[in-house]
Amino acid sequence: MNKLSIITKGIIKENPIFVLVLGMCPTLGTTTSAFNGLGMGLATTFVLMLSNLVISLIAGFIPAKVRIPSFIVVIAVFVTMVQLIMQAYVPTLYETLGLFIPLIVVNCIVLGRAEAFASKNKPLDSFLDGLGAGIGFTLGLTVLGAVRELLGSGAFFGWKILPGDAMLVFILAPGAFIALGYLMVLFNKIKKA
Amino acid sequence: MEYILIIISAVFVNNIVLNQFLGVCPFLGVSNKISTAAGMSAAVVFVMTLATLITYLIQNYVLDPLNIGFMQTVTFILVIASLVQMVEIILKKISPALYQALGIFLPLITTNCAVLGVAIIVVTKEFTFSGTAAMLNLPQALVYAASMALGFGLALIIFAGLREHMDLVGVPKPFRGVPIALITAGILALAFMGFSGIV
Repeated sequence: MNKLSIITKGIIKENPIFVLVLGMCPTLGTTTSAFNGLGMGLATTFVLMLSNLVISLIAGFIPAKVRIPSFIVVIAVFVTMVQLIMQAYVPTLYETLGLFIPLIVVNCIVLGRAEAFASKNKPLDSFLDGLGAGIGFTLGLTVLGAVRELLGSGAFFGWKILPGDAMLVFILAPGAFIALGYLMVLFNKIKKA
Repeated sequence: MEYILIIISAVFVNNIVLNQFLGVCPFLGVSNKISTAAGMSAAVVFVMTLATLITYLIQNYVLDPLNIGFMQTVTFILVIASLVQMVEIILKKISPALYQALGIFLPLITTNCAVLGVAIIVVTKEFTFSGTAAMLNLPQALVYAASMALGFGLALIIFAGLREHMDLVGVPKPFRGVPIALITAGILALAFMGFSGIV
């Protein structure tokens, strides 16, 4: 498989959110605005790339029985790094995303890519696979965040563009489920066409 | 009194799935039949309470005194993973019937972010009772964890009931599967928002 297709398959064909339906908790929980979605996506991408790289390097030495726990430890190490970096450099974003940063550890996408791709492939390919899945995840989060922000507060990346009151429900919990549901319908339609 | 407040707020008002977005993957994954939903709920109540007990003690008697709070994520996930494995082994030995019922759900729970999420909330978030904010003490933490898990069970079982009925109607093709499930969950969350006034 050539390098470019490894990256691009994570974006549309195997989009983590719209096609694989993995990592729903941060998808719904952090996308109250486009910026928050983008921030969460980038944090996850960082973890995905580096954990994929390290796991593909060490996969050969790990006995099959303790494979999953070892992968989780590697992932948890990178999540802790992200946590400390974000606390230091983007404290406000860290506050908003809150609990969902440590919860990247149990995000099914990260462990999923480690198990399905990184444990069987070369380091560079695994790194690119993590990058592709990360870009797909970030795109999904940003689009969902933008839709919810536009409908819920009439703004786009913080710029108020729709006049008057907006539908607050899209910022609240029910709006997250409904907006993602309809986006998935749209994605299915476009993919068919 | 505060226990009642904790229970109502955790089960209904701040419902773990429909309000906090934790544990959405099993919520969508094992909600096809009421019986499997009930099994999963029971397993979550069991593991979440036990995991919170252990992580609470670790946080307060190991991580805090040694001043290594940054190890929280790594420690907690390892504790939860090994706990689930241990529960599985013990259950298999002492109660094969219960193991039959819960067995297949246990491995799934390790990656259920609700368990890790509640363990972290309990040791980091301050709760306000009658005007004073404070960290939860151990019995409060356990009641909180158990009620959060009950809230998960409640939402999961209601949702499974809805989905069983939905199998019988003709859903438009692009909506089939996950999209219609998400929209239904959204409407259910809307209904749960009605509880937000009571605490």
